Amino acid sequence: MAASTDSAEIAESPIIRVRGLVSRFGAQIVHDGLSFEVRPNEIMGIAGGSGTGKSVLLRTILGLRRPQAGTIEVYGRNIDELTPPERLAMVKSYGVTFQNGALISSLTVGENIQLPLRESYSMPEDVLDELVQLNLSLVGLAPDAGAKYPAQLSGGMVKRAALARALSLEPKLLFLDEPTSGLDPISASDFDALLLYLHAELKLTVVMITHDLDSLFRTCDRVSVIVEGRMTTDTLPGILRNTDPWIHEYFHGPRARAAERAEAVMDGGHG
Amino acid sequence: MTLLALHRDGADWRLELHGDWSLKGLAQIDAELKSLPGPITGRLTCDWSGAEHPGLGPVWALLTRLAYLGSEELQIRHEGHPPHTVELLRKLNLELCTAHGKRAIALRSHEGAVARLGRWTVVQGTEARRVLGFFGRIATVLGAGLSRPRALRFPSIVRHLHETGVTAIPIVSLIAFLISVVVAYLGAQQLSRFGATIFVVDLVTIAVLREMGVLLTAIIVAGRSGSAFAAEIGVMQLNEETDALRAMGLNPIELLVVPRVLALMIALPLLTVVADAMGLAGGGLLSLVQLHIPPAQFLIRLREALSPTTFWSGLVKAPVFALLIGVVGSYRGMQVRESARELGRLTTMAVVQSIFLVILADALFAILFVQIDF
Repeated sequence: MAASTDSAEIAESPIIRVRGLVSRFGAQIVHDGLSFEVRPNEIMGIAGGSGTGKSVLLRTILGLRRPQAGTIEVYGRNIDELTPPERLAMVKSYGVTFQNGALISSLTVGENIQLPLRESYSMPEDVLDELVQLNLSLVGLAPDAGAKYPAQLSGGMVKRAALARALSLEPKLLFLDEPTSGLDPISASDFDALLLYLHAELKLTVVMITHDLDSLFRTCDRVSVIVEGRMTTDTLPGILRNTDPWIHEYFHGPRARAAERAEAVMDGGHG
Repeated sequence: MTLLALHRDGADWRLELHGDWSLKGLAQIDAELKSLPGPITGRLTCDWSGAEHPGLGPVWALLTRLAYLGSEELQIRHEGHPPHTVELLRKLNLELCTAHGKRAIALRSHEGAVARLGRWTVVQGTEARRVLGFFGRIATVLGAGLSRPRALRFPSIVRHLHETGVTAIPIVSLIAFLISVVVAYLGAQQLSRFGATIFVVDLVTIAVLREMGVLLTAIIVAGRSGSAFAAEIGVMQLNEETDALRAMGLNPIELLVVPRVLALMIALPLLTVVADAMGLAGGGLLSLVQLHIPPAQFLIRLREALSPTTFWSGLVKAPVFALLIGVVGSYRGMQVRESARELGRLTTMAVVQSIFLVILADALFAILFVQIDF
């Protein structure tokens, strides 16, 4: 891949660096000294069983919850040491989608997309409408989707609309929480393709929580797995060779094998 | 500082871009783009060497404006390190233009007054039919309950009796007590001018027993339980719980609506009795403190003021009010579809409409009672 000026500037220092993270809920320890890094311009997949704290990790990095211990650095800044205005600027530089879309149900899709723009900039109405068109076409939604309410959209369209809203402030860093959950295989595969396309075109760094092995195999450059409160990060081939019994079961169970085979067939088809 | 400058050299145009081309500068960029003269024909070169941090939005605005200004054959070239997204955005922009011809941006739908009136009429018509149907379905379950008492779900009725009745006692008591103190106080001021303060007892007795006890209770219950019915059933609708019940062969009307309505029809008369008692107590207390009428004399006067029907003419209205509140609340709850906004709207509507219907029914009762001399 040709080194672009954008990524050369930030060189190879990680965009996100989490060290020694401890999260507890009462007596239950979710993260026990978890550490991991996200490099610029990669798609990082976060996997792990239900209840291993994937969403908690995401919420912690976003600053929605404070960890019991550990440091989180984003763009080389410790997020605990930011002043409130810096923190606000930091949050605005992320794009986030939540598991069920979390579109505001009383606003149309267009108004949802405009919401962060209106709060951050003062712009004339027709420019805002133009930006809605831009973001809708980026995620492959028809222009008339802007006038619809979230309840009128299908599952796949909700995920796309949520992505459009996440992209509206032109973030460089995108967090996706289970973007393909609840989608049929075709919509899920389309979403993967969309993600790869946006990642390539907009030079995004993506952190994606997913249970969807197909999606994991197809899109992610590296994968992190949470096992017993700690994180194992490796490239896809590396994680497939990992000998930890849980990770092995996760990536070599019957469903994983099926996903892997499908991926091999697809790669063969392209090559 | 201007962010763009257009130069012309014969058929060659040159657009120089300067300054902050991030999303922050978009408002100014848009204003300057709109002031560009048109039409532009021939060849156009965009020079990006002076533009800083070009963002998606500004590039999009530029391309859209150029597509609008330029004719079909305008050739646009980008030089001086154009942002890497230009090609993507150009493609998207072109797709949008070709797919939708003239760019109609529909974020909100508009319709004329006549169309709105027509829609309103149709909606009201179907709604009236639906309410009738809803009432019919409740009646069917009640009818079935005569032969199969299990259909009436007694445990559920008891639970709702507790929620709508028992827990409402403190607030109903307090309000009935306070309002009747106010009525007695104002009445005493007026009546004392004629030296007829003893008639305060008549005033309080008749007002509380005939009207205020039951009406206040119904309004409080409409606010408490009517809204709770709508919200509870509405959330179940949003979670597809009612669909799940139907899919299991269970009747949501039988399970959710009838127990609530029946419980309310039992609770409201009982609450009315409580409100009546508290209202009389409030009147008695004020008579004692303000007018120095001892309780014994208050009771004697109270008995003289009562006609045999005074108490019953108030109480008989309670089940009717309860039916209205229960049906409206559950009906609005069952109407919730799709979104949290609907839930809020319909819950509010349930309360407003049930209070309105209660007062309307009360007026009809008043006329009826006068006519039959009850």
